[in-house]
Amino acid sequence: MSSLNKSRFLQIFLSYLPLLILFFSVFNEFDFNYLKLDYFSFNFVHLIIFFWTLRNPDHLGYLPIFFAGIINDVIIGIPIGISSLCYLLICAVTGYIRNITLSPNFIKDWISLLFTILLINSIQVIILDLIFLIQVEYMDYLINSGFTFLFYPIFFHNFQFFKRTNFKKIK
Amino acid sequence: MASGRDDFVIAIRSAFLKKKDKQKFSLLTLIFLSIFVIILSNFNFKIIKIIKSSINEVIYRSSFLISIPENYLKNLKQNFNLHMGLYESYNETKTELEDLKQKQLLVNFLRIENEKLRSLIDENIKSNEIFAKVLIDKESPYLKSIVLNKGSRENVKIGMAIIDGVYLVGQVIEVNYTNSRALLLSDLNSKIPSVLEPNDIQAVISGTGDDFGIIEHTQNEYEKKLDEGDVIAYTSGLGGLFKPGIPIGKISKEKNGKISFFSDFTQLNYVKITSYKIGGEK
Repeated sequence: MSSLNKSRFLQIFLSYLPLLILFFSVFNEFDFNYLKLDYFSFNFVHLIIFFWTLRNPDHLGYLPIFFAGIINDVIIGIPIGISSLCYLLICAVTGYIRNITLSPNFIKDWISLLFTILLINSIQVIILDLIFLIQVEYMDYLINSGFTFLFYPIFFHNFQFFKRTNFKKIK
Repeated sequence: MASGRDDFVIAIRSAFLKKKDKQKFSLLTLIFLSIFVIILSNFNFKIIKIIKSSINEVIYRSSFLISIPENYLKNLKQNFNLHMGLYESYNETKTELEDLKQKQLLVNFLRIENEKLRSLIDENIKSNEIFAKVLIDKESPYLKSIVLNKGSRENVKIGMAIIDGVYLVGQVIEVNYTNSRALLLSDLNSKIPSVLEPNDIQAVISGTGDDFGIIEHTQNEYEKKLDEGDVIAYTSGLGGLFKPGIPIGKISKEKNGKISFFSDFTQLNYVKITSYKIGGEK
């Protein structure tokens, strides 16, 4: 009985793990988005949202993503709502891809990610630079987008492995 | 052709409006909500300020708590490195101390002389200091800032200087009830009126987003003067926010006019939030 309860607890925990990782990433001071290394950074949050909303949308709801964006804005100190909008736009693109794709394919996902991150980073730069007059470094955004795109295969395989090993049991 | 367009419209409509079992709001609703929040955060109404401040309070504190294990590991690594380099550091410090003891005698004399001269022209500088702990120093490619654990409850105001030891590190840009955010000198949006000594050149020191600053709005020929040796940048006191003479950084020949800040912004734990009253201000 005890082992049954334990395994149930583990199942619930695993089903919420993508959400917990998302919130941990935005709350924590450690950020892949700023690794204090010259010419290297990538947006881990974008990768989490893109993968999970595309391949397993039941584990990452839109409302928590909206709140994660609000938290991210407050922590990094940009006007509230910008990250939420960007994160939700990723969800919009993944939702669209899900609807038009009959057989999901890694290469198609990867190319869609490049389009998505270029789109949302452009929107973010436009809002920050042109509307709020906050100076931003365009090169940092470009490097960040590039590495986010390049790192997707690694995280894709990790997340797929995690999904295969854990969520099969739940279903 | 028409069918392709219909598919596109259906896919878009479905992505924005369709709600899954666990989704309480459609994507479109939340996107509109985000835009509404962005617009609202632009207004300075009292109620919006209070809500914004409350959100900041809760999130800053939560982030501080969640970052405790990570900060513990960071400190552990730092202490280990310090311990390993203890002997070398001791010898360096010993030599430096001897040097500083000699300089201190001269500095004491100059300080007394400076105070006398200031009193002659009826110019006195009074400072009010508040010690604060750095809650969050999460830097991002967009904004270089730190969150401090003192806010309007302790009379912190926008524009106050942030000092690490004797060095300037930034200024307060946002104040909540129990905490505040300070913009670091390294941020692209930071502009500090300064004076370059010993050449007495007025300039504005601007952040670059990296760990160095650059000189803006100054004499055209200042670079020639830099060849003569190292130049120290101090606050000039123009604008009245900071007192004159707070050290900011050093410009050395080797670094092509880049300013290396004296303070290491990644190692800030405790800082002073300082305001100055210069001259006959009450």
